[in-house]
Amino acid sequence: MKYTNWLPISLVLGLVLVFTGSAFAQDILPSDDEVNAIAKGIYCPVCENTPLDVCPTQVCAQWRELIREQLAMGWSEAQIRQYFVDQYGDRVLASPPARGLNWLVYILPPLAILSGALILFRTLRTWKKPLPAVDPGVVETNLEKDEYVARLESELRRR
Amino acid sequence: MIANFGFGALFITLLISIYGVVAAVYGVRKNAHEWIESARTAMLLTFPLLTLSSVSLIYLLVTGQYQVEYVALVSSKSMPIYLKVTALWGGQAGSLLFWAWLMAAFASAVTLRKWDRDRELLPWVIVVSLITLAFFLVMIIFFENPFELLWQSAAGITSSMFRPSGSLPYIPRDGNGLNPLLRHPGMIIHPPMLYLGFVSFVVPFAFAISALITGRTDDRWIRITRRWTLVAWLFLSLGLVLGSRWAYDVLGWGGYWAWDPVEIAAFMPWLSGTAFLHSVMIQEKRGMLKHWNMVLIILTYSLVIFGTFLTRSGVLSSVHAFAQSAIGPLFFVFIGVTFVTSLALLLHRWNELKGEGTMTSMLSREALFLLNNLLFMGILVICFWGVIFPLISELFTGQKVTVGPPFYQRATGPLFAGLLLLMGVAPLAAWRHSTAKTLGKAIWKPFLVSLLVLGVILFSGVRQPAAILGLWLSALVVLVTLYEFWRGANARHRKSGESLPLALWRLAGRNRRRYGGYIIHLGVVLMAIGIIGIEVFQSETQGTIPQGGEMRLGQYRMTYNSLAMWDTNDGRNVARAVVSVYKNDRYVGDLYPRRDYYYESQQPMTIPGVRSTVEDDFYVLLVDWQPISTQGATFKVFHNPLINWLWIGGWVFILGTMVAAWPDREKEPVRERSRTRMTSPKSSRATTV
Repeated sequence: MKYTNWLPISLVLGLVLVFTGSAFAQDILPSDDEVNAIAKGIYCPVCENTPLDVCPTQVCAQWRELIREQLAMGWSEAQIRQYFVDQYGDRVLASPPARGLNWLVYILPPLAILSGALILFRTLRTWKKPLPAVDPGVVETNLEKDEYVARLESELRRR
Repeated sequence: MIANFGFGALFITLLISIYGVVAAVYGVRKNAHEWIESARTAMLLTFPLLTLSSVSLIYLLVTGQYQVEYVALVSSKSMPIYLKVTALWGGQAGSLLFWAWLMAAFASAVTLRKWDRDRELLPWVIVVSLITLAFFLVMIIFFENPFELLWQSAAGITSSMFRPSGSLPYIPRDGNGLNPLLRHPGMIIHPPMLYLGFVSFVVPFAFAISALITGRTDDRWIRITRRWTLVAWLFLSLGLVLGSRWAYDVLGWGGYWAWDPVEIAAFMPWLSGTAFLHSVMIQEKRGMLKHWNMVLIILTYSLVIFGTFLTRSGVLSSVHAFAQSAIGPLFFVFIGVTFVTSLALLLHRWNELKGEGTMTSMLSREALFLLNNLLFMGILVICFWGVIFPLISELFTGQKVTVGPPFYQRATGPLFAGLLLLMGVAPLAAWRHSTAKTLGKAIWKPFLVSLLVLGVILFSGVRQPAAILGLWLSALVVLVTLYEFWRGANARHRKSGESLPLALWRLAGRNRRRYGGYIIHLGVVLMAIGIIGIEVFQSETQGTIPQGGEMRLGQYRMTYNSLAMWDTNDGRNVARAVVSVYKNDRYVGDLYPRRDYYYESQQPMTIPGVRSTVEDDFYVLLVDWQPISTQGATFKVFHNPLINWLWIGGWVFILGTMVAAWPDREKEPVRERSRTRMTSPKSSRATTV
C-alpha cells in the first residue's frame, strides 16, 4: 500500500527536483565525492549487485546526477535513500531492512553458529576422558627433558 | 562436418559412461572381475573421446566456422587466436563441455592408479565419477549443445544439430565476439583453474561414497585421496586468487572482491574443502570424526555442483552470470538426488563409523581443529544464506532484496578474526593432550614479541579497532609459525648436529604436509594484511579536471596531461588519458587509464592505470571526458594501501600448497594408524605428549 501511495508523489518530486535542481546548477554543486559517498550505499535498481557509485551504465550516471541535485536541494542521506527505496523497492539497499521475512537473514546464521557451537561443546565433552593415572614424576621429567623433540619426532614418524 | 564429428564424440562418451556404470554394478553383483575391468577401460576412454570433442570445438572457433551457433556467439574474425581458443569456455555451452572435459581427465587419471590394495573400491569410484560425468554430458547434448548449427528457413533462423526440412545452412559473415570482460589474460587461466578445482573434488567424493557402499570404514579412502584433495584445493584457491586479480584489473571498481553471489558460489566449496582438509587430519591421527568427514566431503561435492548451477543456470543475474539458460531444474534435481543418496548411505553406515579416540583436554589440537571447523562452517552458513535469501524473498514476497558486502563483512569479520587467532594457537597444541600450562609455555615467547608489534602498530597511528586486532593477530600467526620452524630445526640441530639450514630443509622434507601447511598459514596472513589494508584504509576521490589540472589524494598528486582516442583493428575504440603521478611532490611516473568501447557488443570497459608498490597502489580510472579533450576529463582515483600483499600472500599460499601436495619419494606407510592403536594406551600416550 505504502509503495503505491508514494509512487506518484515521488515521481512528481523527482521531476520538480530535476527542474529546480538545474536552476541551482549555477551555484556550487555538491562534489563527485559527496555524491559517491551516498551512491556507494545504494544499489543499482537495474544491474544486479552493483553499487550506484561504480555502475558504468548511462542510466546510473543519471541517477548519480539526481543524487547531486537532491543534495543541492539540501536533502539528507536518509531522505535520498528513502526516495530510492520508495521508487524502486528494498533492493536498492545494500542489505535488507530488518522487518518481516527479512529478519531471517539476520537471525538464522547466528542461530546456526550457536547451535553448531553447542553441538561441538557437547561432543567434546563426551570425548573428554580424564588423564590416566601415570606416575607424575615420569611425566614431569618427560616434559622437562625433551618433550618437544619427542613430540615432534613421534609426529613426524606417524604422519 | 567437424561439428558433427565433435557431437558424435560427445554422444559416444555419454554411451560409454552409461555402459561403464552398468558394467561396474553388474561386475560387483556377479563378482565378475572382467566386467569391472571393462568399466575401468570405459572410464579411461572418456578423456580421449572428450578431447576429440573439445579439440573439434576449438578447431571450429579458430577457423571461424560461424555456421556453428556457439562459434558465432562467442568469437569473431577480429579476435586474436588465443582468445578464439579461450572462447571454448567463454559461453554457456562451451564452458559446460570444458567442465566435462576436465572431469574426464581426472576420471581417466584415477583409473591409472595402482588399485591392487583397493580393488573393492574401484567399481564404485567408477560409478560415482561416471554418473557425474554422464549428468553433464546429458545437459550438454540435450540442452546446451555447442555444436548446433544455424539454419535459415521461411520461419527465420533456427539452430539445431541436424538440418530441419525446408531450410538452408545459414552462415553469418562474422560472429558477435567474446564478451569484452573476458578478454583479459586473467580470464585465460582463471576459469580453467576454478573448473579444475571443482572437478577434482569429485575424486575424493567418489572414494568416500565407495567407502560407504563397500563398508570399508577405516581411513583408507582418506589416505588415498589426501593428495587429490590437496590438488583440488590448490586449483580452487588459484582460481579464486586469479578471479580476484581479474576483478581488480578489469572490472574497474577499485576492489578485488565484491561478495557477488557468483564469487561466493566458488568460495563455498573452498570453505567446506578447507574445513575438510583440517578435519581429515584428526581422523588420520586419532581415528575420530569419521561421520563429520563424510558430511564435509558430501557437502563439498554438492557445493561444487551447486556453484556450477548458480553460475550456469542464470538463477542469479550478476556481473558474472554471462550465460542464462533453462538447465536450472535439471541441476536442481541432480543436486537433490546426489545429496540425499549420499546422506542416506552415510546414515546406513552410521554405526560402523563410530570414532575410536578420546582426548583429555579442551585445548588439545583435536578440539582446536574442531573449533576451526565450526568457524569455517559458520562462514559457509553466512555465505549460503546470503546467496539464497534474495531468491527466497522473491519467491515468498515477490520483493527482491540485495544482500551486499555490509552484511557479509559484519557477519564474517569476527569469524575470520577467530580463524586468525586459531592459526596462531592451534599449531602449538599437542594432539590429545594440551593444558593451559603446556600451551602457555609454548606460546609465551611469540606472544610477547607480538605485543611489541602491537605497540608499533599503535605507535604508527593506526586507530581503527578492526585493523589493530587484525594486524596484531597476523603478527602473532607469523611469529608462531616462524617460531615453529625454528623450534623444529633447532631441535634437530641439537639432536643430530645438523647445521640449522640443513635441519630446516630435512625437517620440512620429512613432513611436507605439516610444513607446507605452515607456509600456507603464512600466505593467508600476508593476504589478510593486504585485505585489512584495502578494506580499512582505502580512500578515494573523484573529480573533473581540465588538461594541465591536478587532483590530490593523501600524499599523492596527479596531473592530467592529455587524452587521445583511436580505433583499433580488433574492433575497439580506445580513449586513453595520460596522467602524471607525484608522491609527496616527487614525480613517480605516468599512468594510462583508458576506456575501451567494443563496437560489436556495444560494451565499454574501464581499464585502470595503476602504480603498484608493496606499500600501496595508486589506481586511476577514466570515468568520463569531454569530446574536446582540453575541456577536461573525470577521473576516479583510489589509494589502496598494502593491496599487493594480497597477491604476494596468494603466491606464498600456492607455494605452500604445492609443498604439501608434492609426491613423497618414500612409500606411504600401510595401515599405520591401526598399528598405533594396537600399542598400549600408556605407550601411545608417551608418544603423543
